[in-house]
Amino acid sequence: MATNRQATTSYSRWRALILFAVLAILFVLEGTVRNAMFSGSWNTSLAILNMGLLSAITALGVNMQWGYAGLFNVGVVGFLAMGALAPVLVSLPPVEGAWSAGGTRLMLALLMGLGTLALAKLAWSRSRSGIVTAIVLIAGFVAYRWLFDPAVTAIEANNPARHGNIGGLGLPVLLSWVVGGVFAAIAAWGIGKVALGLRSDYLAIATLGIGEIIVAVLKNEDWLARGVKNITSIPRPVAAEIDLQNNPDFVSFAAGWGFDAAEASGIWVKLSYMSLFLVVLLVLILLAELALNSPWGRMMRAIRDNETAAEAMGKDVTRRHLQVFILGSAVIGIAGAMMVTLDGLLAPTSYNPLRYTFLIWVMVIVGGSGNNWGAVLGAVTIWFLWIKAEVWGPALIALLTGPMAAGPVKAHLLDSAPHMRFIAMGLVLLLVLRFAPRGLLPEK
Amino acid sequence: MDILNALVVFLNFVFIPAAAYGAQLALGALGVTLIYGILRFSNFAHGDTMAFGTAIVIILTWGLQAIGISAGPLPTALIALPFGIALTAILVLGTDRAVYRFYRRQKAAPIILVMASVGVMFVMNGLTRLLIGVDEYRFDDGARFIVDVRSFREMTGLTEGLALRSTQALTLVVAVLVVIALFWFLNRTKSGKAMRAYSDNEDLALLSGIDPERVVRLTWIIAAGLATIAGTLYGLDKSFKAFNYFQILLPIFAAAIVGGLGNPVGAIAGGFLVAFSEVAVTYPWVKVVGYVAPWYEPGGLMQLLGTEYKFAVSFVILIVVLLFRPTGLFRGKSV
Repeated sequence: MATNRQATTSYSRWRALILFAVLAILFVLEGTVRNAMFSGSWNTSLAILNMGLLSAITALGVNMQWGYAGLFNVGVVGFLAMGALAPVLVSLPPVEGAWSAGGTRLMLALLMGLGTLALAKLAWSRSRSGIVTAIVLIAGFVAYRWLFDPAVTAIEANNPARHGNIGGLGLPVLLSWVVGGVFAAIAAWGIGKVALGLRSDYLAIATLGIGEIIVAVLKNEDWLARGVKNITSIPRPVAAEIDLQNNPDFVSFAAGWGFDAAEASGIWVKLSYMSLFLVVLLVLILLAELALNSPWGRMMRAIRDNETAAEAMGKDVTRRHLQVFILGSAVIGIAGAMMVTLDGLLAPTSYNPLRYTFLIWVMVIVGGSGNNWGAVLGAVTIWFLWIKAEVWGPALIALLTGPMAAGPVKAHLLDSAPHMRFIAMGLVLLLVLRFAPRGLLPEK
Repeated sequence: MDILNALVVFLNFVFIPAAAYGAQLALGALGVTLIYGILRFSNFAHGDTMAFGTAIVIILTWGLQAIGISAGPLPTALIALPFGIALTAILVLGTDRAVYRFYRRQKAAPIILVMASVGVMFVMNGLTRLLIGVDEYRFDDGARFIVDVRSFREMTGLTEGLALRSTQALTLVVAVLVVIALFWFLNRTKSGKAMRAYSDNEDLALLSGIDPERVVRLTWIIAAGLATIAGTLYGLDKSFKAFNYFQILLPIFAAAIVGGLGNPVGAIAGGFLVAFSEVAVTYPWVKVVGYVAPWYEPGGLMQLLGTEYKFAVSFVILIVVLLFRPTGLFRGKSV
């Protein structure tokens, strides 16, 4: 954070270009050179890059919250999962019989749940009586369960082997990316309303909670997205590999470049995804930069750097915090929707906070909090290192333990190489936070 | 008779498990709240400190078992516990020296310390995985039950059985002893009074000649002790799995905030409040209702919320407290 240390080092404006160039060289090496360190496959290189770009979008969202406003969101994984729900509910084809089985009743139940909360709030603000509010809540909860349970049983009994979920609307998958952002924004609004304006730690703890709960809902509510049975076959916005391989024009085009059809189709698909992701990323950065350099952005930074002074100048700090928290979460939600689109799969068990919350944080801190390009640079770099550490870590340990006699200790060390990644990432976070708190690309 | 049966079911499935779990949460929340009171930040690494301490205890237990030492009817882990605490305290003091002291001297914003604690959490998580891996372990040896279901039935002639596992009784006994010792230390000894003075008003404490570094060191040692004890008891009672200790962080924070961050009495009350609500909300009450009101035929299990959502309970408690009383029930530190 900028308050941590004033700008003591001046840095050249070439720095960003050079760092991005180094990163690009790493990806080219990964694509072309085949040795102990690199795979030499363009498919691998582009796969890492695609996920890196999605991490960059997520990091951009976190950077809005942390870099612009100093809000610590520990529930990134939850907002990603919230966004991930959108492609399932928006772009999957409708499930036959699901709506007639219990769709209306389910909607009524959800409305009942929301209505209860609204009514309880009204009861509290009107009467200030805990008993009345509690009665409203309990009655509402009973009514909600009475509507909800039979509807869910009916929907989940509908062809459970293949579906058992409510199904989607059959709309284009690109639309669902926007919807993912909206979903995450709604969750952020709820959390922000409660936890903002209190101690800064409370937002961190509340987001930790909502993150775990959203993932738990995804795992257990089969009617929503089949829970741990996973949703596969999410519609793709780009061509399928198998269609390309069966297309004679494409095969001859690939042969012209010296690739066989299988490899070329993979590269083609990944390049298509990459262009889509790049467009989204660049649009978001453009909007973020415009916002940051507008009066609104100056106000946000003023609030971050000195809340008391900003408040004295008549700025509504809590409201602004809520605003930027929602915006940042929306960006994270968009990234979440894009992630499941890339994988074509929603697997709730894969939403691990260490991977999806804390790794993103390392990316933002390393890249340079407050700087959008820094977030992108940090995200792609850390993602590259994270993936490659899977290969490099065991190699390094094998090298280090080389002189050791074979035995249980050596075997244990070799086995535990994957865990070294966590230690390494933690150390990177701590070292950057302490010795270079402004990151690779400091805020201007 | 039916009322007695209902009572036995309630004790067996709700009261005893919740009391043991509550004691574990209370010990965890005490650590969080002490660190908050003295160092003024929420320590996200506390869950992984618990995991690390427990992992050390488990490894020492294996060592003790290998050389044939046991504690008779009690779990061997109890012998290993003091050594586990010592090693964990050394690690935690090391992290303070390497990480937190720098920000303390800088008087950095609390949120920076929170973030540093997230980095420490990562490292500790990795260390725990390195030490013991990600698998699930049961390291409870010694007697399994103090009262088991069959002998209870034979003894009382009731249809329902009551089981009191030795780990549950042990948890409660150890927790009570630890809490008594802690409060004796805080209220009766000079060091404890220094800690409380420092927590109440840092500047006044400094003026009266209290050495802040010593207070901080003591706090970390106590927190490491509480974390290791809480983690070991939790692991004995259920089982050890590193990821579970990350997940228990939320109930622990909820307990500490409900009681008022920085307030030790509040942390204990909060721990039991969270544990009892969690168990009561996720328990299927159909059997109890069947005994109390046999004429009523409920359609389902009478379970308010599936056990998968037990974390939602602590979350809701947290939200309610933040909405209505952000300083907690027992008036902790300022908002």
